[in-house]
Amino acid sequence: MREALREALAEEMERDPSVFLLGEDIEDPMGGSYKVTLGLSTRFGRLRVRNAPISEAAIVGAGVGAAVTGSRPVVEVMYMDFLEIAMDQLVSQAAKIRYMSGGQVAVPLTVRCQGGPGRAAGPQHSQLLEAWFAHVPGLKVVVPSTPRDGKALLKAAIRDPDPVLFFEPNILYNSRGPVPDPEADEVAPLGKADVKRPGRDVTVVTYGAMVAMALEAAERLAREDGVAAEVIDLRTVSPWDRETVLASFRKTRALVVAHQAVRQGGMGAEIAATVYEEALDEVDVEIARVGARFAPTPFAPELERYVVPGAEEIVAAARETLERAGRLGAAVGR
Amino acid sequence: MAGDFDPAWVTELYRCMLRIRAFEEKAAELYQKGELPGFLHSSVGQEAVPVGVTAWLERDDLITSTHRGHGHILAKGADPARMFLELYGSEEGYNRGKGGSMHIMDFSIGVLGANGIVGGGVPIAVGAALSLQNRGSDRVVACFFGDGAVTTGAFHEGVNMAAIWDLPVLFVCENNQYAESTPHRTVDRARDLTVRAQGYGIPGEVVDGNDLFAVLEAARRAVERARRGGGPTLLECRTYRWYGHYIGDPAVYRSEEEVASWKARDPLGRVAGWLAERGALDEEGEARLRAEVQAEIEAAAAAGARGRRPAPESALEDVYAG
Ligand SMILES: Cc1ncc(C[n+]2csc(CCOP(=O)(O)OP(=O)(O)O)c2C)c(N)n1
Repeated sequence: MREALREALAEEMERDPSVFLLGEDIEDPMGGSYKVTLGLSTRFGRLRVRNAPISEAAIVGAGVGAAVTGSRPVVEVMYMDFLEIAMDQLVSQAAKIRYMSGGQVAVPLTVRCQGGPGRAAGPQHSQLLEAWFAHVPGLKVVVPSTPRDGKALLKAAIRDPDPVLFFEPNILYNSRGPVPDPEADEVAPLGKADVKRPGRDVTVVTYGAMVAMALEAAERLAREDGVAAEVIDLRTVSPWDRETVLASFRKTRALVVAHQAVRQGGMGAEIAATVYEEALDEVDVEIARVGARFAPTPFAPELERYVVPGAEEIVAAARETLERAGRLGAAVGR
Repeated sequence: MAGDFDPAWVTELYRCMLRIRAFEEKAAELYQKGELPGFLHSSVGQEAVPVGVTAWLERDDLITSTHRGHGHILAKGADPARMFLELYGSEEGYNRGKGGSMHIMDFSIGVLGANGIVGGGVPIAVGAALSLQNRGSDRVVACFFGDGAVTTGAFHEGVNMAAIWDLPVLFVCENNQYAESTPHRTVDRARDLTVRAQGYGIPGEVVDGNDLFAVLEAARRAVERARRGGGPTLLECRTYRWYGHYIGDPAVYRSEEEVASWKARDPLGRVAGWLAERGALDEEGEARLRAEVQAEIEAAAAAGARGRRPAPESALEDVYAG
């Protein structure tokens, strides 16, 4: 994944001279705290890969200023948690400028962050805040789950005329998978979900690091219960792909929405409520939400595991929806 | 002047510096063996700063610290065993396993917290000083931060606020030259913090942060000033971290010669030399002191390893009061 993201940055910088990178420790020899930008300052020079002081509000704000004046900045904020410091620039500036200017100007800004639980990084370095930003009209929120998507979505984010928050799940940096060649120039459309595994019994909607867990859960459900789960990777959390989710739900009539972010006030609530509103006419509406318990992400690994859900919880939630619908057991889907 | 200090007192300060060194080396060893979860930031090489500053603080004076905070916290008098318990993520650790190295807090001795957010502690120190001033207390707050924090908004807004209200804060910049891979001189045009101090209208001093006596003298002036209601001071202590940003960081951004030149200026060696010159610590005494400290830290680390694992459900406790 790390290399796929680096390729996306390099190809976009090659293609469009107005693309430049700004962030802390992104220059060589460090090449970024998580090494995504390694080699890029050597290749493109320090005007286009610029090391910034620890100044998140100024970094993101400078990105906004550059974006409205003809550049395509790709800003790196080291951890999603530190976006909190840049909140005004993101929420009251970047997200609002096109709208409140009456459409005069676009804000083609990409903000890359990594984050998420799973490394005992403690309460200030493990948050998943996508739902905060999904609440803000004007921002787009993208979370890739595979190297291929990572590359194709980052290219789309950079080309997009609006501010895009691009959240890289840290635990996927070392994940492997096929990536299209530079010649292919594959760009994934923002706002479009991807069906990562088709199925007819229950729909599992998720994104980011949880996609792999949902696929693992689907595997288990198939093996142990004969249940065919359809796994939908949202890829873009805001605006999210209602059509794909609703179409799948109309087929399976059972829904599990799963994310590692805190359940309360999370994307699961938004998606479950939308499906419920749109599908009131369906015979049996069965919906379950999987998300982190209502606590900050603690340090000790066993505490972290307790707070943050995994494949296990998805399996349990899928079984629960099907059980409530009277569809778990021998008769399932056959 | 450096000659004024009581050698017996300096011996105790030296013990504290040795304790920090031993703690950091032991923690690094355990971390490299895979025993400690999370990240670990070592302050080896910087021991003179926390010890020189906290030497003038009472138990109920306060400090705020950083992600590289073990030294500050130990110097303020924290129990190394409970710190190790926290590094292991155990139930009896300072934060009950919820914080880890970057978040150790001990309110009973005025440690308002290490902090994972660079600059995050600065406004908190200012607020703590504000409540002391409101209560008419003569307590003071020492706010430790790195050179990296100096470029954050929180730092500028916090120091300015302390300045306008004459708050009793000692702002201590531990300039170890780098913020992760970024050399401080590449992200700050001010020559030193005295330039910034002028901008806020408060006193500022640059001191050799590898010289315990230089830190002691500057900190004494600043603490006295704050205690008598004279307001904040900015201190820049120039020092160096021997290890990378975190344990495991290969630190490819700096040269071996640079590291060697700073190691040659080990803050421990200077103090040992000072004590030897005064006949307060001979070779045998030095060896005894080191052995005592080492035994203390080994015992603390062993206690850490024996800690109780927290019950998973305790993850949901303390989200709110009650
Ligand atoms: C607001 C914020 N931005 C970025 C980081 C990531 N980060 C952690 S430590 C660090 C460098 C800090 O340098 P400095 O303040 O000089 O302290 P030192 O590590 O040198 O002790 C950075 C950039 C952070 N923790 N918080």
